[in-house]
Amino acid sequence: MEDIEKVSEELGLRKEEYQRIVEILGRTPTPTEVAMFSVEWSEHCGYPHSRKWFELFPREGHFPALFGEDAGGILYDDLAIIFKMESHNHPSQIEPRQGAATGIGGIIRDILGSGARPIACLDSLHFGPVEDRNARHVFRGVVDGIAFYGNCVGVPTVGGELYFHPSYRGNCLVNVMCVGIAEKSKLARAVAQGRDNIILYVGNKTGRDGIGGCSILASQEFAEGEEKRPSVQIGDPFTEKCLIEATLEALATGFVVGIKDMGAAGLTCSASEMAAAGRSGIELDLDRVPLREEGMEAWEIMMSESQERMLLCVTRGHEEEVRQIFKKWGLEAEVVGSVNESGKVTIFYRGEVVADIPALELTAPPIYTPPREKPAYLQAVNDDSRLNSLPLPRNYEEIVLRMIASPNLCSRRWVYEQYDHMVQTNTVVLPGKGTPVLRVKGKKWGIAVTTDCNPVYCYLDPYRGAQIAVAEAALNLSACGARPAGITDCLNFGNPEKPERYWQFVEAVRGIADASRFFGLPIVSGNVSFYNESPQGAVHPTPTIGMVGIIENVERAVGGVFKEEGHVVVLLGDIKEELGGSEYLRVIHGLEVGPPPSLSLADEKKLQELLIELAHRGIVTAALDVSEGGLVFALLEACLGGEVPLGVVVDVKRWENLRMDAVLFGESRGRALVSVREDAYLPVERMARERGIPCFLLGKVGGKDFLVQSGGRVLVSLPVGELKRTWEQVLS
Amino acid sequence: MKFGVVVFPGSNCDYDCYYVLSEVLRVDTVFLWHEDRDLQGCDCVILPGGFSYGDYLRTGAIARFSPIMTSVRDFVREGGLVLGICNGFQILLESGLLPGALLPNRDGHFVCRYTHLKVENTSTPFTRLFSPGEIIRIPIAHHQGNFFMPSRDLEKIKHNRQVVFRYCGPQGEEDSGFNPNGSLENIAGIASPDFRVLGMMPHPERASEEILGSQDGKKIFLSVIAWLEENRRGRH
Repeated sequence: MEDIEKVSEELGLRKEEYQRIVEILGRTPTPTEVAMFSVEWSEHCGYPHSRKWFELFPREGHFPALFGEDAGGILYDDLAIIFKMESHNHPSQIEPRQGAATGIGGIIRDILGSGARPIACLDSLHFGPVEDRNARHVFRGVVDGIAFYGNCVGVPTVGGELYFHPSYRGNCLVNVMCVGIAEKSKLARAVAQGRDNIILYVGNKTGRDGIGGCSILASQEFAEGEEKRPSVQIGDPFTEKCLIEATLEALATGFVVGIKDMGAAGLTCSASEMAAAGRSGIELDLDRVPLREEGMEAWEIMMSESQERMLLCVTRGHEEEVRQIFKKWGLEAEVVGSVNESGKVTIFYRGEVVADIPALELTAPPIYTPPREKPAYLQAVNDDSRLNSLPLPRNYEEIVLRMIASPNLCSRRWVYEQYDHMVQTNTVVLPGKGTPVLRVKGKKWGIAVTTDCNPVYCYLDPYRGAQIAVAEAALNLSACGARPAGITDCLNFGNPEKPERYWQFVEAVRGIADASRFFGLPIVSGNVSFYNESPQGAVHPTPTIGMVGIIENVERAVGGVFKEEGHVVVLLGDIKEELGGSEYLRVIHGLEVGPPPSLSLADEKKLQELLIELAHRGIVTAALDVSEGGLVFALLEACLGGEVPLGVVVDVKRWENLRMDAVLFGESRGRALVSVREDAYLPVERMARERGIPCFLLGKVGGKDFLVQSGGRVLVSLPVGELKRTWEQVLS
Repeated sequence: MKFGVVVFPGSNCDYDCYYVLSEVLRVDTVFLWHEDRDLQGCDCVILPGGFSYGDYLRTGAIARFSPIMTSVRDFVREGGLVLGICNGFQILLESGLLPGALLPNRDGHFVCRYTHLKVENTSTPFTRLFSPGEIIRIPIAHHQGNFFMPSRDLEKIKHNRQVVFRYCGPQGEEDSGFNPNGSLENIAGIASPDFRVLGMMPHPERASEEILGSQDGKKIFLSVIAWLEENRRGRH
């Protein structure tokens, strides 16, 4: 008796949780049952510390939203666009290549489980400083893992983020988003239903890899000198590719009642959640599960996180037909059980019942809302009196050259060229050329996708930082001409049992909820990753926002790179004297102080509408938001992003009464940079004025230099050819 | 006229090729499953890009043993047209249908980007609509595209005009800065001595529609269609 209680504790269950299990079962649990509860109630699967707060998230918006068991989406035309983001932080820190690779595999299967074909992936990546040897090892390994898995599986990696900061030194963040499309009428659900229907196991064999991945790895902090590598799973993208094709073929037969990925918590999670969602019971015979090695115990089979596996509920009498599809693709496909009306998950192994648990109770973990407390550091870092006494730079060229070499501002080309971003031939705006846009074959409309979050803003003010993440994502989509449609979030925080960390989490959730409600954006899916801490401290609060938008006419999609000499450059939205939270402060002054830029959701919304209208009417030739690095870096991106860089001449004399460093590098919100043909400037100005949006003619595209002046005074004059080389070489 | 796109487990550009042929160019196109032997009367067979059989032994090394490749070899012997793209090029080399080898890229990374190519031979069924020396834009996406062969073989294929595409700059510059993978003499694609088999690393199916930014790849498929229209009667 004491032994089983000890096992329970070792698996991460609390004493009171163990008591609750005894109550549910009315007896002492078996080792297999304890194992099943430990994974199902873990932070990673059951969200005990975060679930309550999801009630704040809006579920409705401009487009009808869809909420599935594993992923959600929005409905448009006759299609459903399904998307979700998930973290694979801890595995990637321990074994970067496999950790990242299996992160891709898992999120792709979540989308596949909805009956959708995965059409794009994005990765939001956060590492320690690139100068740091170990951080560089993790960064390179993760990029390599994404390339290894993503390229083979045939889903284009079209975008994402890359951010380096000391807070991620001992705990990187690897957030992976996948988008898929399905005909509305062909969506699948993760349910087991219909008495005597068949439970079919498909994909890879089950091995000992990944046991406890979610309960041990993802639900605890990293402690000094710990060895957790055996908990990391191993990915096989070739099997995943075959699994995608076979699953879609199987779903098309009409005999698949329900389907679920065996990801975190493996067979336990898929069986119990399918039974619970279907208000049914499931009986499984583990002797029929295809195993990679002999001698596996029942609890090992139930907890294994071997990759590339799915569980299907198939109409009785058609199991052979469905099985043969998977066999044709060279995959395992075995009948492992059946559906009943007991409401329980009953597991047999070697002729004995090893677990018999009510599915609903197993899938309803306790809810915790531990105490939270506003962190003490906030007051000190938000003292903006320090900013006023900062000396102004004497030489702005030197500042630009130092900032362009910052890994957070340089070109991402070295990374995205290692990913196949064109397979499936839908990528209309390629990475590095603006917000990624995908066409949908046979449709006039298209899909734009982005991920955004500025962790420094969130550290300085989690509520506003999270709101800015939502606003920035929406602005990125609007810039290319897409109407923001829905959100998936991936909330990365430290240990929720520490009151200051939990406060950050709740503030960020409130920020996301308020901003998305204001913009009319439903949050259709998401993931929480707590315990992102190492002995060096917690990561900065990082609530990554993944957003999907609809572009009505995909042929009108606008990129973020200047196209031709002679086009004029226009700033929409005004420049304020704001430097708080900026990359400029971090890189040039070594300061991480706030407050982060002020935010008006109403102004953001107006600007979004204007940008969508400008793109829709085919007026702008390039459009992008002004964010990290401020005006100068928005200009640089637009000048250097093309195959051949273009020069620009802009004048900022209008703002000469403000601190010039704030004018050039401040990160005030509510701004976008667009280029238009010269004769189109007046219509743009009129449209902006009608909406009450400030509009300034900054200058003109052309020449060989990046030239910024204030009246007659040249502030920056650097040849774009050289700038492009520097900008693109930082990461390689 | 009929095109066939071979589907190996792990192919991932099969549908992209199928889409260009059947939806953009509106020609009769079928998928050919790797375990079948029947080429269903196709006039041109396409070996698409991807990671056939996971590329676990060596790229293209397992695919050559598939039943469909036995039929493809017979088809080549009879003078049929075969286009191998990316992994398909690797399979052609492993099958001995084209000479040479593709090594890992010079810098060891997968690379996906647009490249410029110079069309070196316009006498092949795949390139007849290009003008000699034309510079075209087609993307690449591979980990092993570094073409290599001993110098004696190289002299031979050059003499036979088997080099069909070379990587170059936008103005046709041939310096190594425009060579994305370290290929010998910037070689991006080669043909068999009779020009009926073409292997190339760049993906023409990704450059066959205006919305994707280039239509230069479409000219390769259109060349084949034009050639088949002229020569088909003779074959049957």
